[in-house]
Amino acid sequence: MSRFLRNQGWVAGLFALLIFVFVVTKLIQPGYGSGDFGSLARAVLPYAFAVAAQTVVVIAGGIDLSVAAMMALTSVTAASMMNGASEEYALFVVPFVLAMGLVLGALNGVLIVVTRVPDIVVTLAMLFVLQGAALLVLGAPGGAAAEWLKASVIGTAPIPGLPDWADAWVPKALVLLVVCLCIVWIPLRRSRLGLSIYAIGSDELAAFRSGVPVARTRIVAYALSGLFAVMGGLSLTISTGIGAPIPGPYLLASVAAVVLGGVALGGGKGGLLGPIIAVFVLRLVRTDLTLLAIDPNVTAIIEGAIMVAVVMFGAFITIRGRPVGATP
Amino acid sequence: MTDIATMPQPVSFGRRLKRFMADRPLIPLIILLIILVAILQVLRPGIVNERWIANTAKFAIPLAILAGCQTMTMLTGGIDLSVGTVATMSAFIMATQIVNQDPAVAFLLAMLPAVLIGFVNGIGVGVFRVHPLIMTLGTSLIGTGFLQVYQRTVIASGAKIPDFLNWLGIGLTYGFPNALFLFVPVAVLIVFMLNRTGFGRLLYAVGDNERAARLSGVRYWQVITALYVLSSLLAGITGLLYIGLIKAPSLSLAEPLVLPSVAAAVIGGTSIFGGRGGYTGTIVGALILTVLTTLLTILQMPEGGRRILFGFIVLFVTAAYLRIIEDR
Repeated sequence: MSRFLRNQGWVAGLFALLIFVFVVTKLIQPGYGSGDFGSLARAVLPYAFAVAAQTVVVIAGGIDLSVAAMMALTSVTAASMMNGASEEYALFVVPFVLAMGLVLGALNGVLIVVTRVPDIVVTLAMLFVLQGAALLVLGAPGGAAAEWLKASVIGTAPIPGLPDWADAWVPKALVLLVVCLCIVWIPLRRSRLGLSIYAIGSDELAAFRSGVPVARTRIVAYALSGLFAVMGGLSLTISTGIGAPIPGPYLLASVAAVVLGGVALGGGKGGLLGPIIAVFVLRLVRTDLTLLAIDPNVTAIIEGAIMVAVVMFGAFITIRGRPVGATP
Repeated sequence: MTDIATMPQPVSFGRRLKRFMADRPLIPLIILLIILVAILQVLRPGIVNERWIANTAKFAIPLAILAGCQTMTMLTGGIDLSVGTVATMSAFIMATQIVNQDPAVAFLLAMLPAVLIGFVNGIGVGVFRVHPLIMTLGTSLIGTGFLQVYQRTVIASGAKIPDFLNWLGIGLTYGFPNALFLFVPVAVLIVFMLNRTGFGRLLYAVGDNERAARLSGVRYWQVITALYVLSSLLAGITGLLYIGLIKAPSLSLAEPLVLPSVAAAVIGGTSIFGGRGGYTGTIVGALILTVLTTLLTILQMPEGGRRILFGFIVLFVTAAYLRIIEDR
């Protein structure tokens, strides 16, 4: 019970932090309004999916270094398939790409289970492979996205029964994010499978002895991670209108947000809400730096330093609980 | 494993071969190198001559030094992904500072970021216990940001490659590349350090069993910090050598060498989990990769295909390596 309270306390604290950063933003830029919030939500979209992808595997006690490369591959695949194709064709592209993510993610899991090579090495190798595949699909940024897909993240979602001023604060991108995450996460969290994912992350041996199918659960966790990563890649293509074969800074960002979101890097703890709020905090800090008219390159340095500091802090509190000299 | 113990059977040829390969990893590697050169000679008769060998050595040397960084960090169970950024930074700073500064001052300025990044890596990994992969990825992101800011301050002064680096990078003495003057001492130093000095033994000890090493009084964080500073320094020197070879300072100069350097160390028989391996194998690994790259270029395999191949090589070799260890 105390652990439950502590976890919820962490999420609540993060939420307070988010509100604090919002207030700071409003102070810096008194004109910060719903439109800016909409662009924040659009900017958060790929990061949030990358974080969700990382969260699932970290909870299962692993780590996925191929998240950013998977997003790049998806982005170029979707963009080059939709290039010059009809609007209706995109209806086929989206499920195809989602299936591709499930398969590639599951491949990560299968390789880890079958070769018994540690997850960090397997996903590093997959990072090379997926990056190479992305370059093969599209050598330089290009391609296109269907108009209806682009429209799905622009503007606000009309929600019946809500006054206009409140409706303006519900951007479509945010709705899309919440819907996509909830569709996968809520049934998972309530199912036996979700419990198994937490179990193998918390103590693999105990889970195995309690009859949890460890190998199968691990593969499913990586498959889900692939699915989320693919959603991130799709959202990249949708919001930029093109596909880029070079992976963005999503790997480090996802790990930083996972740590900040209260998910222990050792596995078995935390949820999805914390990391998602954390990613909003990190993005909003970036917005603030931009609003303060700081050179974008300096912003990149500060952002990188914040992420490294967060990861260092997370690692530090992880080792504090362990006896001296214990191996991770 | 248990059936081997209960059912004594004659040692099969395959197992003998595996043992042989595990005991003397250099011999199969050299055989592989010779096979690759032979294939090259068959595909392009007459290509293998004195000039080709000198050229191959020239391109293999920067890769081999960077792979040395990976070898040393991998011996402790780590990895250093910031070598590409560090090498690029040193090269870029050298090329721009030499315009107005004394060569010695420019050299010191070029080495400064290398030492700093190495130190931060070492503190993050050794004290805060961040996973080396995440830590070095983060510092390389920050380093790239700094480089971009720096680039704009020197845009007016231009850049030039000092004659000395040119001589070192592309010059030949009696048909031997001058880069050997740098590489041979570095290689001898690394091999000597790993095999004959206390520091080298500490690296193996930490990687083999961190807990035992700590309990026997190894000051973990000091060893790790020294290691990452050393690794960064070597990367910085590689950058200077590489700029003399490529002769075009850019912000992504040495980045394409990072993944191959990891692959070269893995192929050379250094375990990515720490405690096993050595530098001689890595040198052969770097040669194999350079010849392989030539081969793939002749076969007109695009960059993407090469990356995919490198990814699978890392995965396959690591998995094979695990099998060999388990069988013993």
